[in-house]
Amino acid sequence: MLLGSDAASPVFSWNLLSDFQEMWSYAFMVNAFRAGLVVAVVCGVVGWFMVLRRQTFAGHTLSVAAFPGAALSVLAGFSLSLGYFGFCIAAALVIAGLQRRGQGSGAEESAVTGTVQAFVLACGFLFITLYKGLLEGPEALLFGSFLGITTGQVVVLAAAGAVVLAVLAVMGRPLLFASIDPEVATGRGVPVRLLSTVFLVLLGAATAEASQITGTLLVFALMVIPAATAQQLTARPGLSLLLSVLLGLAACWCGLIAAYYQPYPLGFFVTGFAFAGYVLAHLVRIAREALGRRPRGPLAIGGAA
Amino acid sequence: MSTVLSQEFFQHALLAGTFIALACGLVGYFLVLRAQIFTGDALSHVAFTGAMAALAGGYDLRLGLFAATIGVGLLLGGLGRKGRPDDVVIGSVFAWILGLGAFFLTVYTTSRSAAQGGAGTTVLFGSIFGLNGSQTMLAVVIAAAICLVLLLVARPLLFATLDEAVAAARGVPVRLLGFGYLALVGACAGEATQAVGSLLLLGLLAAPAGAAIRLTDRPFRALALSAGLAVAEMWGGLLLSAEVPKLPPSFAIMATASAVYAATFLVRPARRAVPAAA
Repeated sequence: MLLGSDAASPVFSWNLLSDFQEMWSYAFMVNAFRAGLVVAVVCGVVGWFMVLRRQTFAGHTLSVAAFPGAALSVLAGFSLSLGYFGFCIAAALVIAGLQRRGQGSGAEESAVTGTVQAFVLACGFLFITLYKGLLEGPEALLFGSFLGITTGQVVVLAAAGAVVLAVLAVMGRPLLFASIDPEVATGRGVPVRLLSTVFLVLLGAATAEASQITGTLLVFALMVIPAATAQQLTARPGLSLLLSVLLGLAACWCGLIAAYYQPYPLGFFVTGFAFAGYVLAHLVRIAREALGRRPRGPLAIGGAA
Repeated sequence: MSTVLSQEFFQHALLAGTFIALACGLVGYFLVLRAQIFTGDALSHVAFTGAMAALAGGYDLRLGLFAATIGVGLLLGGLGRKGRPDDVVIGSVFAWILGLGAFFLTVYTTSRSAAQGGAGTTVLFGSIFGLNGSQTMLAVVIAAAICLVLLLVARPLLFATLDEAVAAARGVPVRLLGFGYLALVGACAGEATQAVGSLLLLGLLAAPAGAAIRLTDRPFRALALSAGLAVAEMWGGLLLSAEVPKLPPSFAIMATASAVYAATFLVRPARRAVPAAA
């Protein structure tokens, strides 16, 4: 978690080429960049749909489920990836099952989700307390760490990411339809419920991927913020999807570079960069609206709308 | 068992826990009714950042806690329409704030001695058994104030929650109530962080209220039931943790609360045909 505590802490020089060569000479940094690429792309796409479907709360709960998954895998001694994916996907199925039953009672449903979330976190805390071993504390699991990502982990991430993207590519169009207008989609024979269940499972897999980079609590930095930023900037689905992926990637890689030189946790930098982009996008939109409202004036013919 | 009960730390925990649970039960009922659980979630994360910022800056933890939660509660109210913020805005803001919290945590743990390394865990998961006498008194006073204010505004707030348009037409200051309520939620989040930690307080807000809403359709009875359940769950959790020292108190409280909520699904599996809003 802390690079700065090393005696030979890397120093940023303005010779970018040698900086990069030095950074890439560490296998863990290369792996971190690879993992960041996979995670940012998957989260950009899945997160875009999540923001469109307004399922941020469900997404948050799923991401939280990654914490006990990781803690239990440390406690019981099985693979960390298994813990992440297993718990996130199981939580997705639970939420999907509860949603199906509690149709039309949004308030109660969110109470269920909130309770599940708190309980799951409490379980994670219990596992950590019971472990008392080499794990210095829950902070690394909660706030992310990019040290010690192995090549095997990158392969697992890439494989899972490819599956998620493939499934999403198949169901992308009907899902878009069902997300924007569920009633008309149902009328047209689109299996809305099935789509929403599958989407929740995909969301679980994506959050499981992201939590391995940013930590369980900061998954939103890669899931929500890039997508929200992209949807601020453009209304066209394809373009904003692409933008969301690129923004997520930029935030992730910039965060990695910054975290390499600074002793602060990776999650802080990734959220910081992503949120700066979000605020900028808001300002751009406000500026655009201010310009667009002016075309009554004689000179503003080619308004920037 | 009886030896633990007579210990001072346990009595402090019981006293503070009772009042904190009372406040959480009352505030949580409206949180569920207004479908603002996600706001509570965001505020709970803000509590972490506030506490860590105060620690990193060398102030009292609680100062940062309350300043951050109440401040962000009002901010979220201002961002959204009619004091009800949008999920995506909340998500983006709280991801960033949580990132800041991680930053302050690192600043704090690297600048202070290694003995302070557990501070992050304490704030995240609470340490109700670690409260001393003056902390307990302050927690009790603040929780009592929250309960009092909430009970004073309970009627208009309920009206504004169930039918905003009619309430506004009748001259109820809907927007002001929305703001005030978010400030109350913030204060409550700050309180509960001391008991069960910022990550788990959502359960204390949501579980008793959700159970109460399942058990009765009458608003004021549900409000009382929610507060009563919260207190009972707090006691149950504390006793359980005293009985089985391996279980941390935060986990025991959450487990009790979740179990009670799960039990309400068994008690009344099918909803009545008439919706609760009647």
